Amino acid sequence: MSSLLDINGLVTSFETDSGWVRAVDGISFSVEKGKTVGLVGESGCGKTVTAMSIIDLLPKPSGHVLDGEINFKGKDLRKMDHAEMRRIRGGEIGVIFQEPMAALNPVHRIGKQIVEILKLHENMSSRAALQKAVQLLDAVGIPAPEKRISNYPHQLSGGMRQRVMIAIALACEPDLLIADEPTTALDVTVQAQILELIEAMQEKLGMAVLMITHDLGVIAQNCDEVVVMYAGRIVERASVYEIFANPRHAYTKGLLSSIPRIDSERKSELTTIPGQVASIQDFVSGCRFCQRVDRQDSVLLRQRPEFREIAPNHWVETCPECFQA
Amino acid sequence: MFPGMNTDNPTLLEIENLRQHFPIRGGVLMRQIAAVKAVDGLSFHIKKGETLGLVGESGCGKSTLGKAVVRLLEPTSGRVLFKGQDITRMSQRNIRPLRQDFQMVFQDPAESLDARMAVGELVAEPLIIQGIGNRESRQKRVAELLDRVGLPSNAAGKFPFEFSGGQRQRIGIARALALNPELLVLDEPVSALDVSVQSQVMNLLLELQRDFDMSYLFIAHDLAVVKHMSDRIAVMYLGKIVELAPADEIYQNPRHAYTKALLSAIPTPDPTAKKQRVILDGDVPSPINPPEGCAFGHRVNHPRYEESIGIDLPFEEVAPGHWVQKCPCCC
Repeated sequence: MSSLLDINGLVTSFETDSGWVRAVDGISFSVEKGKTVGLVGESGCGKTVTAMSIIDLLPKPSGHVLDGEINFKGKDLRKMDHAEMRRIRGGEIGVIFQEPMAALNPVHRIGKQIVEILKLHENMSSRAALQKAVQLLDAVGIPAPEKRISNYPHQLSGGMRQRVMIAIALACEPDLLIADEPTTALDVTVQAQILELIEAMQEKLGMAVLMITHDLGVIAQNCDEVVVMYAGRIVERASVYEIFANPRHAYTKGLLSSIPRIDSERKSELTTIPGQVASIQDFVSGCRFCQRVDRQDSVLLRQRPEFREIAPNHWVETCPECFQA
Repeated sequence: MFPGMNTDNPTLLEIENLRQHFPIRGGVLMRQIAAVKAVDGLSFHIKKGETLGLVGESGCGKSTLGKAVVRLLEPTSGRVLFKGQDITRMSQRNIRPLRQDFQMVFQDPAESLDARMAVGELVAEPLIIQGIGNRESRQKRVAELLDRVGLPSNAAGKFPFEFSGGQRQRIGIARALALNPELLVLDEPVSALDVSVQSQVMNLLLELQRDFDMSYLFIAHDLAVVKHMSDRIAVMYLGKIVELAPADEIYQNPRHAYTKALLSAIPTPDPTAKKQRVILDGDVPSPINPPEGCAFGHRVNHPRYEESIGIDLPFEEVAPGHWVQKCPCCC
């Protein structure tokens, strides 16, 4: 396997009052070196749980990875102990979260939060780390970084905080950046700045990005590969061009046609996906999109459709009803 | 043009030079030391059956404007005219009967619906406040409304937490519809919803508008959504409207630099479309002590920004129905 990240049959479950629920139910995909993979789907489909499973940050004690392999640079992250995992997380794998205010520590100056990670991962002296922190803030486009370094998170705007998060995530020049809805909380103009910044840093460092988002515009403009998740499973996976030009699963098609476009006719009726996602306890073992659109077929609802490569690098869950050959 | 939407339709809402400032107090005597100029002198109107879309970045004053329009706030100056009647200075007591005609739908139905009230009570509450009908007739009306917004008939006895985000927004819409309003102020009604649910709620809003000939003030930050819903669009920046035009016109022919930047920043859901983002530096400036002159020219450090200081920036009609804030730097 030559991929940077290779996920194989990942199953992540949570223990709840009403028993175990499978938030991620046997998914496989990979991220190549230097590429951007977009993970798209509706809230609750398991996007974030997938990311948290990779970096071992599932809520404890309820969340568990029960099965599958998570190979990063040829090594299975699941077999690593805590110390090894800590070295990788924040070192070789950087992470940015949706809400920087919740991810940054409000009682420490931002400089200290960057220095901390450099000392931990790179064994730098305090002085060298501080110097590097100023450089990093400068690199992510924060004006007057030598002054800003002594600010607290609350003194910065949302866009600036996200830049600090990026500076921290990139401090150790990771090979993989996991970005969980990095621009969802931001305005479009600031979103454009942040996406541009991530792209520039990616080019500079040659890193790969796993971009989690529900915004198909962001997917189209920033990703090479797309993974479409629905109800804990991947229903379709292909290159960004293939997904947009030639979607083969009913859910992908529904998702693409239900977004209003700038060039669509105003006030016309939008295509909708009928029904709604079942709650996680009620997921059927068979095709979950059939469950959503209320298809009463006991075989389809019982038997999990095969996830198959139908064309080079184009994978689809081949439910006889939802997959169009 | 949207069927039923006629330019000769009467004007329903008129806003004249509206200002909504919030005082900031400080010092030992808690004197006013500054003001947040959330809405800082703007005018527009909405006709019967029309949708005016309002876009802008967070902090530009969109939501404050929405609240001032339905008089949840007392405007600092300017006038709000509803069907020709000046409601700007009316007391809450006198305004209450008029509220039947203008209602509001909020962004986050999880927060705007009282979690301890059953859906039936929530939807009936406006009827009770206005003293309409008896218990029985209200129950009938609630059932009718729930059906109209696509909720199951047993929803009345359930509580908000038992519903998904999209369904909760339907409850919020049913509540706003209860009094047969002529104007709905919709503050980011679909922003919190997933794509597939978002289109369901947008379809519902379009259908209701068609059936009841309502006018909408549709506030959102998603430009594709606003374009789809609106007849005309107003672009707001730092408390002012910088451009206002028919929806198609503003997309095809934006005149103000801010509108252009905003439009170019939306990622197109088409991987073959070339990226042509105008990357703006910086954030929206603070509405406390906003810069003099053209606020957007100040943000982008326009070489001719200085020329806009100290002069009047007129809001001019540059083409039929297309209004722009004229300034030396951005228009």
